[in-house]
Amino acid sequence: MERPGRAAAAAGAQPRANGCSGAAHGALRNGYVRGLPAHDTQVNHIVHNGGLYKRPFNEAFEETPMLVAVLTYVGYGVLTLFGYLRDFMRQWKIEKCQNATEREEQKDFVPLYQDFENFYTRNLYMRIRDSWNRPICSVPGAKVDMMERVSHDYNWTFTYTGRVIKDIINMGSYNYLGFAQNAGTCQEAAAKVLSQYGAGVCSTRQEMGNLDKHEELEKLVARFLGVESAMAYGMGFATNSMNIPALVGKGCLILSDELNHASLVLGARLSGATIRIFKHNNMQSLEKLLKDAIVHGQPRTRRPWKKILILVEGIYSMEGSIVRLPEVIALKKKYKSYLYLDEAHSIGALGPSGRGVVDYFGLNPEDVDIMMGTFTKSFGAAGGYIGGKKELIDYLRTYSHSAVYATSMSPPVVEQIITSVKCIMGEDGTTVARVQQLAENTRYFRRRLKEMGFIIYGNEDSPVVPLMLYMPAKIGAFGREMLKRNIGVVVVGFPATPIIESRARFCLSAAHTKEMLDRALKEIDEVGDLLQLKYSRHRLVPILDRPFDETTYEETED
Amino acid sequence: MDIKNMKNYLYWLFCQFELITCSYLMEPWEKVLFYTFNITMLFMVLYTAYIYVPIHISTAFQFCLCFSKLGMYVFIE
Repeated sequence: MERPGRAAAAAGAQPRANGCSGAAHGALRNGYVRGLPAHDTQVNHIVHNGGLYKRPFNEAFEETPMLVAVLTYVGYGVLTLFGYLRDFMRQWKIEKCQNATEREEQKDFVPLYQDFENFYTRNLYMRIRDSWNRPICSVPGAKVDMMERVSHDYNWTFTYTGRVIKDIINMGSYNYLGFAQNAGTCQEAAAKVLSQYGAGVCSTRQEMGNLDKHEELEKLVARFLGVESAMAYGMGFATNSMNIPALVGKGCLILSDELNHASLVLGARLSGATIRIFKHNNMQSLEKLLKDAIVHGQPRTRRPWKKILILVEGIYSMEGSIVRLPEVIALKKKYKSYLYLDEAHSIGALGPSGRGVVDYFGLNPEDVDIMMGTFTKSFGAAGGYIGGKKELIDYLRTYSHSAVYATSMSPPVVEQIITSVKCIMGEDGTTVARVQQLAENTRYFRRRLKEMGFIIYGNEDSPVVPLMLYMPAKIGAFGREMLKRNIGVVVVGFPATPIIESRARFCLSAAHTKEMLDRALKEIDEVGDLLQLKYSRHRLVPILDRPFDETTYEETED
Repeated sequence: MDIKNMKNYLYWLFCQFELITCSYLMEPWEKVLFYTFNITMLFMVLYTAYIYVPIHISTAFQFCLCFSKLGMYVFIE
């Protein structure tokens, strides 16, 4: 079923990845509600916000059906009751207690293990624990091998049967461009560097750990992103949590998105700055916070804030939504604040040339003050980077905790990144169109899932596809049924998502061929019918673009 | 083949019940407890309905009828 736009693209023009084929096949533009036949003539509300967007922004989060929400609460209620019963039995020694407790001699001391807070872990998570921490024993490419394990005491302990399940289609690895390979140019280059430099560095960047490979990597990353200078770190989480404290401190204001990653939250808290949260991807909320910050200043003294830093991510991995970067940059310039963009999932995966969300919207990389990203996802390596102006990066080289205390990146990993960046930029001679393949896979997969009737969150162009499950028993059932059919998926539940909105998160890859996707879709269809997961009523709710008023948002002052 | 389809459909319905009430995740003794409780409750509701619903209906019928001329002649012992 080819779309009309595709034929024109195939005729001669360069196929546009992440292109605006949305309008062509009837997908909704931002703000439209499907339902009436003549909906093209209806204009509901603001779509393009004054020409900031060069392409339509198709993002939708279908509302939870009321019956499903009620039944989800029923399920959690039943599990809670049984949880209380089991805890009672454990307390009165009717049943053996298998989680951590203090020794008999220490029963009168201050409690070491917080009993009630682990209620969820003991009684709900343990029952479905076999869907997580599955041991894989091959490279996590498009197909992966997994060691089979069984549990005889209901997931408290696991034993390996010795069998290896081969060729499981991997829909859970962050392997967006397919660089998780154990053969090919990246692997050969990394092997050569391994034999030349060894595996360990045995020092920090500031002492003896600054290799010429690191300098080469940083220059390359800066060129790739279009910024003046960049610095690379050994761990993506540590890049955020150790560098935000170096940039902001007490007396500064951090405006952070509701659904930011734990590394950003930790970095913001460690810095000691005041943190205010704005609603997810909601520009009215952000603007209100900025206005109030400028007008009222710091809480008690009313002095102006030293710095205002906006923390956003490129793609939010739990929702699959893309940040509204043109509007954020417009707000940032209007209110003279700074922008920290975490492109962990979007670098390499979005944009016609794979340079991330800035490239996707066609904006100037110099507008983003601090561009952070990770090498873990699209580049098949490990680590993170920060890019920006030369003064900023030179400052971070001296003052970042990660530069001073953390061991620098291992040389084969650095070589893997260098080779993969050159491959994406098309400089190494091979013309593998990974970015286009990923975009095609994304569009195809999302379209097919929506047609089947599942509720899918997020933007049309994001390679992270969350499929809503809602009920706790279906989380476990989905993971197990998909594994029975040789498809590996990642299911996510309560602490990472709101309690009733549990989901299965698919991460598409350029390494997935159409046959693999078709097979995965067939199995998802089957499991969806078996577990009755097709909740969608094909009514998309428009994104909350309503103008705010004084009663809409509550601020909390720290 | 209708019986087989019917049986498969009923089994599928039972699976949906198990998934919604999370008895899919319970250990066998917990399932026994849960089903016993549910079936007992269901039985008690049905039994109460069997005993009291006819009486309620006839009382209500009597009450509504006594407002019309015909109702004066209706006596139920």
